[in-house]
Amino acid sequence: MIRRMMMSLAVLAAAPVALAQTVVVYGEKVWTGTSQGTLEDGVVVIENGRITSVGTAPARVPAGALEVRAEWVTPGLISAFSRTGLSEVSGVDDANDSGAGKSAFSAALNAADGFNPDATPIAVTRLEGFTRLAVAPEAASKLFGGQGFLADTTGLNGSIFEERAFAYVVLGESGASLSGGSRTAAWASLRGAFDDVRFFGARYMSHNEGNVLTRMDAQALMPAVRGEQLILFQASRASDLNAIMDFQEENPSLNVAIVGADEGWRVANRLAALEIPVIVDAFSNLPASFSQLAATSENAKRLAEAGVTVAIVHLDNDSHQARLATQVAGNAVANGMPFDVAMKALTTAPAEIFGMTDLGVLAPGARADVVAWDGDPLEVTSAPVAVYIDGESQPMVSRQTKLRDRYRNLDESERPLAFKR
Amino acid sequence: MHFRILCLAAIAGLFVASCDRPGKGGDEASTPSIANPFPSTYKPYPSQTLLITNATVIDGKGGLVEKGAVLIEDGKIKAVGTDLKAPDGAATIDAAGKWVTPGIIDNHSHLGAYPSPGVDSHGDGNEISGPVTAEVWVEHSVWPQDPGFTRALAGGITSLQILPGSANLFGGRGVTLKNVPARSVQAMKFPGAPYTLKMACGENPKRVYGYGNGSTPGGAPFSRMGNVAGYRDAWIKAADYKRKLDAGESPTRDLELETLAGALSGDILVHMHCYRADEMAQIMDISKEFGYKVTAFHHAVESYKIADKLAEYGACSSMWADWWGFKMEAYDGIPENIPLVHNAGACAIVHSDSEVGIQRLNQEAAKAWADGKRIGIDVPIEVAWQWLSLNPAKSLGVDDKTGSLEPGKMADVVIWSGNPFSSYTKAEKVYVDGALMFDRNDPAIQPVMDFELGQPGEGDRK
Repeated sequence: MIRRMMMSLAVLAAAPVALAQTVVVYGEKVWTGTSQGTLEDGVVVIENGRITSVGTAPARVPAGALEVRAEWVTPGLISAFSRTGLSEVSGVDDANDSGAGKSAFSAALNAADGFNPDATPIAVTRLEGFTRLAVAPEAASKLFGGQGFLADTTGLNGSIFEERAFAYVVLGESGASLSGGSRTAAWASLRGAFDDVRFFGARYMSHNEGNVLTRMDAQALMPAVRGEQLILFQASRASDLNAIMDFQEENPSLNVAIVGADEGWRVANRLAALEIPVIVDAFSNLPASFSQLAATSENAKRLAEAGVTVAIVHLDNDSHQARLATQVAGNAVANGMPFDVAMKALTTAPAEIFGMTDLGVLAPGARADVVAWDGDPLEVTSAPVAVYIDGESQPMVSRQTKLRDRYRNLDESERPLAFKR
Repeated sequence: MHFRILCLAAIAGLFVASCDRPGKGGDEASTPSIANPFPSTYKPYPSQTLLITNATVIDGKGGLVEKGAVLIEDGKIKAVGTDLKAPDGAATIDAAGKWVTPGIIDNHSHLGAYPSPGVDSHGDGNEISGPVTAEVWVEHSVWPQDPGFTRALAGGITSLQILPGSANLFGGRGVTLKNVPARSVQAMKFPGAPYTLKMACGENPKRVYGYGNGSTPGGAPFSRMGNVAGYRDAWIKAADYKRKLDAGESPTRDLELETLAGALSGDILVHMHCYRADEMAQIMDISKEFGYKVTAFHHAVESYKIADKLAEYGACSSMWADWWGFKMEAYDGIPENIPLVHNAGACAIVHSDSEVGIQRLNQEAAKAWADGKRIGIDVPIEVAWQWLSLNPAKSLGVDDKTGSLEPGKMADVVIWSGNPFSSYTKAEKVYVDGALMFDRNDPAIQPVMDFELGQPGEGDRK
C-alpha cells in the first residue's frame, strides 16, 4: 500500500509533463511479449520515446530519470477492433459517425474522416491500459464498410498513425442483409466488386457505376483486391469462414483477417494452414444467431492451439467498451487459454495483424508504449496506475473520473456541486 | 416496506382465496385461481444431505468463514460453521482452496422473453402497442428453452427476475424464477415470490411512442413531461379502481388496473428502469403522491449523484459495473457507481440486463468492488457479496427464503474454483434447493436445451 501511494505521488508529479521523459519502470512482474517472457523484479528503461532496456533489477538509472514502481508492467495494450473515437454517444445519431446507412458510397468511406481525438471514450479506454486502436467503420449501406485506421489513445490531434490500414467487409447474416437479403447476394456483390476493381479502366472509362461499386468505391478497394492492403472480413458461421477461405484460395494474393469467427474452432486447422488471423470476442458462447450455433467460450483457446494467430476483443458497445478486452482475455484464460497467449492476443497478435511495427512488446528499440498496473492485467480487479505512449506520461483523467470526484461527497450545504471540479 | 391493507369481508366473498385479490400472487396453491391463475408448479429436485468442508464460505449476510463448512439437508441450509459433523449417510465434499457462496440472483434479466437466437420471431419482451401495458405479464413470453438459462446457471445464477422491456411507461408484470430447466415457465416460478411491475423512465418510452413510432395509438409520450403525465394518469385510474375494491364494490375485472392497484397496495413490487438522477428524484415524489413504493431503480447509472436521497427513501439501485455512453441518459455512467451507492448506506445490487453479463455477475461485482477500493471505499468481499444475493433477494421479496446461507433457507449454493472476485475463477457446482443442477467437471450435469440438440456445438463446453 505504501508503495502504491509513493507510486501515485510519482505519477501525479509526472502528469503535467507531456514531453518524452526518461523513465525507469520497475515491476514485480514485467510481461515483455518477447522471448524474455515474464521477468520477476523487472525493469524497463524509457528514453526519448523508445524502450532502451528491459531486464531485471538492479538497472542502470539514467540521470534525471523518473522512477516508477508497480506490481505489473506490460506493453501498451492494442485494441484489435472497435469504433473508439467514431462515436461520443452511440444512440445519438448526430454524435455517432460509425456508419452511414444512407450514403451513396461504401468501400470509399474513410473512417479516419469521422475520428474525433477529443471523444471521451478515448481517455476512458486509455485509462484501462490501451495505447493503440484499430478502428473500423460500420458497414451500413453495403457489405463494404470502408477503410479502417490505426490510432494511438493520446487524444491529441495527429493520433491516427495509419489511415486506410484495412478494408472492412461484412459477410454472414449482416452481409446478406446489406446485399439484398441472402448470402448468395452478398457473394455476388463481393465477386462483382472484385471484378469492378480488376477491370477498373474499362468499366469506368465512360461512366461512374460498375456492376457493384461506384468509381470512387472501386478505387478505394483497389489496394485490398491487389493484396496490398489487409481485408478484414466479419463472419461467424463455419460455412461463411470456409467460403472466405475458398475465396482466399481462389485469390492467393489477398491479405485476409477475420473478425467474429465464433465458429472458428471448427475450421481452425484450415485457418492456421492459410495463415489467416482471427479477432474474437471470447465471451461469445450463445447461439445468439443462426450463425453462432457452435459458439463456445473455448473458441479462442482452440484456435490458438491449432496455430491460428488470435486477437481478443470485446465486441459489445465497441465504441465505448473496447477496454473490456482485458476481462474477456482473463475469461479466455479461465477457459483454458494460456496466460501468455491471452496477453499476446492483446498485444503482439493485433500488432502483427495490422502491421504495427515496434509495438505490442517491451523490447529495446520498441516504441515506449508501457503500462504500469496495480495487479495482474487480466484480473477484473486490476487497473493501470501509469500509462506511457511513445514515452510520454499520459494523464490518468477522463470525464468519468471528473464526475466521480465531483460526486464523491454529496455535501452541498455551502455551494451546489456544479462549482466543484 | 409493503403497504398491505386489511382484507375486507366483501372481497373475501368475491374470490375463492380469502385474502387474495386478483394477481396478488404469492400463494403456493398449485390450482389456478383468479387470485393466482398461473401458479408455480416448481418442486425442488431430489437432493442428498451434503457437507461441504474446508471452503472459504461467504454467508451472504456479510460474514466470511475461513476453513468453513456448509451443511445442506432436505434442500435447505442446515448449518454454516467451522466444525460441522457429517450426519450418517451424508455426502461430503472437501472444498479446500474453493469458495462457497449463496447463489447469485439477477434481478434484471430478459432471458426467455428475448431468448437466443435473437431472431424477430423470438422478440417477446416488449408489448409496444401502447405506453401503458400493465396488463401484460412477462411470464407469458418466457420461452423456457432459452439456452441463456443454462449459461447463466454455469455462472452461478440460481434465481432471476425476468422483466418486460422498457419501451413502455408501464411495461407489465415481471416474474421471479428458480434457474432450473423446465418444460413450462410455471415449473420455474419461484414459489411464493410476489409479482413485480416494470416501469420505465426517460428516453425509451418517448422514443418508442413519440418519435420512433408516433403513429401507434395515442402517439404520446413525446417527452419526459409526457412520461410523467402518463404515469400519473394511470395511477389516478388505479387509485379509483383500488378504492372500489377497498369499499367492497366489484368493478368489472380490468387486467391493467388489477396490476396497478396491486402495486398501490404494496402486493406487487415496483421495479423502475431509470438512468438519470433527476428523474429518479421525480419518481420518488410521484410514488409519494400516490402512496406506493419504488422497490428498485434499474440501471440507475446516475444513482451516485443522489445516493443520499436513495438511502433516505429506501430504494435499491440495480446497476451495471461499467456500462456507459450507449445513449444520452447513460452518458454519465462511472465505474464507481455501485460502491458510491453502497457507501451512502443505500441498497446496491449488481444486475445484468444481458444474456452475456448474467454469466459473470461475480466479476461485475468484483470490478465495482475494486474501483471502490481505489477511491478509499474498502468494502470486504463478504459484504460486497450482498450486491449479488441478499439485496436482489430483498428487491424481489424472497429474502426470507434465499439470498444467504442461513439455516432454513433454500440451499441455493455455488462452489467456486477459487475467489469469485477473480477473472480466472469458475463456478464448479451450482445447487438449487440442494439439488446439483450444474457441475463444470461432469458433462452429465450440464443441461442442454432443446434448441441446441442436433446442432453443431451440442453439449460442448460453453
